[in-house]
Amino acid sequence: MMRTIVGWLSQVVVVTLLNLRTIGQRLGSSAVSVVGIAGVVVVFVAVLSMAEGFRKTMATTGSPDTAIVMRSGADSEMVSILTLDDMRIVGDAVGVRRGEKGPLVSGELFVIVDLAKRSSNTTANVPLRGVGSNAFAIRPNIKIVQGRMFESGRNELIVGKGAAGQFAGTEVGHTVRWGQNQWTVVGVFDAGGTISDSEIWCDAGVLQPAYRRGSSYQTAYVKLESAEAFAKFKDALTTDPRLNLKVVRETDYFAEQSQMVSTMITTLGSIIALLMGIGAIFGAVNTMYSAVSARTREIATLRALGFGGGPVVVSVLAESLLLALIGGAIGGAVAYVGFNGFQTSTINWQTFSQVAFAFAVTPGLIVAGIVYALVMGLLGGLLPAVRAARLPIVSALREL
Amino acid sequence: MKYMPLVWRNLTRRKTRTIFTILSIAVAFVLFGVLAALNVAFSQGVELAGNDRLIIQHKVSLIQLLPESYQARLETTPGVVDVLHQTWFGGIYQKPSNFFMQCPVVPDRLLKLYPEYVLPADQKKAFLSDRTCAIVGRQTANRFGFKVGDRVPIQATIWRKKGGATNWEFNVCGIYDGDKKGVDTTSLFFNYEYFDEARQFGQGLVGWYVIRINDPAQAPEIAERIDAMFANSFAETKTTTEKAFLQAFANQIGDIGLIIRGIVTAVFFTILLVAANTMAQAVRERTSELAVLKTLGFSDGLVLTLVLLESCAIAIIGGAIGLGLAWLLTQGGDPTNGMLPAFYLPTADLGRGALFALGLGIVSGIMPAMQAMRLRIVDALRRT
Repeated sequence: MMRTIVGWLSQVVVVTLLNLRTIGQRLGSSAVSVVGIAGVVVVFVAVLSMAEGFRKTMATTGSPDTAIVMRSGADSEMVSILTLDDMRIVGDAVGVRRGEKGPLVSGELFVIVDLAKRSSNTTANVPLRGVGSNAFAIRPNIKIVQGRMFESGRNELIVGKGAAGQFAGTEVGHTVRWGQNQWTVVGVFDAGGTISDSEIWCDAGVLQPAYRRGSSYQTAYVKLESAEAFAKFKDALTTDPRLNLKVVRETDYFAEQSQMVSTMITTLGSIIALLMGIGAIFGAVNTMYSAVSARTREIATLRALGFGGGPVVVSVLAESLLLALIGGAIGGAVAYVGFNGFQTSTINWQTFSQVAFAFAVTPGLIVAGIVYALVMGLLGGLLPAVRAARLPIVSALREL
Repeated sequence: MKYMPLVWRNLTRRKTRTIFTILSIAVAFVLFGVLAALNVAFSQGVELAGNDRLIIQHKVSLIQLLPESYQARLETTPGVVDVLHQTWFGGIYQKPSNFFMQCPVVPDRLLKLYPEYVLPADQKKAFLSDRTCAIVGRQTANRFGFKVGDRVPIQATIWRKKGGATNWEFNVCGIYDGDKKGVDTTSLFFNYEYFDEARQFGQGLVGWYVIRINDPAQAPEIAERIDAMFANSFAETKTTTEKAFLQAFANQIGDIGLIIRGIVTAVFFTILLVAANTMAQAVRERTSELAVLKTLGFSDGLVLTLVLLESCAIAIIGGAIGLGLAWLLTQGGDPTNGMLPAFYLPTADLGRGALFALGLGIVSGIMPAMQAMRLRIVDALRRT
């Protein structure tokens, strides 16, 4: 028993090695199959890395110990409104962390302004956020990388580095006119690849009169004592009869805001990758069939010498898988070199504003791409492998 | 025609190869069809934009509101035929992902500005006369199973009712269709008077205006006139053609659309390359047979035609299957639920696809066919 297994295995190894060594003679058709599979993997990885990059930008935004307070019923910052009274009560609530100058609460305004997109030179909805003086204590990851911070009370803007790359007229020193107000860009900030990088910031106190908001805000960003303090903070506000507010964790809010776009990219990407995969499998089937038919006499000779059908099947599958692996690796590498870190921007329907993000080709995606390639190779090699094992020896030996 | 059996015999000589070649060509053309639909979808239906319609929005951004009083001034502007104002309602039906646009409008103005919305006569009458009536587009009605007579509850995100309630109910008394393929039928329209009376704040403010002008060629002058009219007021305007407006919106989607389309195009041609290579190989394998045909007296031209017929047959069968499948796939409409409402396969692209298939057949067949034609019988027979 043991001997037959060992014998079988050694047959498998011998036939497979023989097979792989002769790939060189069938370079043309093998290359076609490799290119086909590599193409599919490039697309598969590239499209998913776009969704991944978008998701990552949204998901890394926010920290679990920050809460966003909005009016109840509002599904995004843009449609929320908070009165000055609301703001006071929020600042006094339990669970709020206190800094040197009182509670760490930032009353913010979130509006949209039109700027020209560099890539198309047509107008795009760019988010403009008015922030309070605590905004930077609440978001410690934000750093000015060029120019300086805006001065409170002046019509000055600082621009996220994503927005600075995507929209025209955001260079330091530039002035922009929105309505009857003129603004000067004084600095560029880096928010570490989060959604804030897509935004333009200014002093909330200046934005209020410019947009006729009186003393009202749209949202309050609140630093909590700890991530665990969220529950008691939320309870305190939502049970207060004077208020009609909604409290969400910052991380949850931005994860939620990314859903529509990442679903769209993933849906379209999967449909396309699936269709292409099917196409590549057909290509692989043809390649392997011609590989088998080119080796008809060789296989028949092996069979005549006493090699079994099993090793022949394995050897054909191994060839197909090897080609797929090469294709998958090439595809993954091309996707990484060509797309990783590629900066782009799109509209997020949920906030009706632009989000700048970078494609993220993660190791997980490359592995997924190679696995997909191997599946294509396996399916593509199966039928030809069976055909090879079933070749009638006598007539095959006679074939030219 | 009498050579068809011969072509057929050649095709069925290696059945599996022929079948798989046809299938991979079919897949390429499914991709081609999906690509065409995506093209339309990512351009947000720019092709369907009325060239006699202009959009007037607040100069700072679309989310800033404009006074309703502009309507009367716009109506008396020379060159303007019809005026309609619309407002973003932004409500939620059951859950946020069930996104579709709701918009308060003056009913008769809507139907005048958008003749592409088709309503049965009785439903039209109800929409014009009953203030609580709302009409829903076919695509959204199908998506949620809305029927005439239903009451649809919508949660307001922006527009609360007086007293602070956020729940609005709309009586669906009409379902409109598009008069041609690709017309966006995802929106719900309801009566502006009802909306303006019931809302808590913002009375007399609307989102943007759509106007029809009498001469599309005059569009730049009219737009300039309108923007000048409201210049230096607290609500300055920006007037663009509907086409430019949609184009700018399509550009906001940006590179994503471009990249997806670029990728699909690249893949389409890769698959075709692979298929063409296989077909060419199929002919090369038969060199000696072709020599025998020529020995039997087949002319050079006839051999060329036979080979070309074979490759064209494969390409056209594959192309037809692929385009047919693509057509079926895109019948379901927008796969993303509301973000790409204009998702359909234009007839022109079906025609273009068919031409591509024929082209593929000729291109992949021509090289081996030329070789076959030039073949010297003696050489070919000796080669095996």
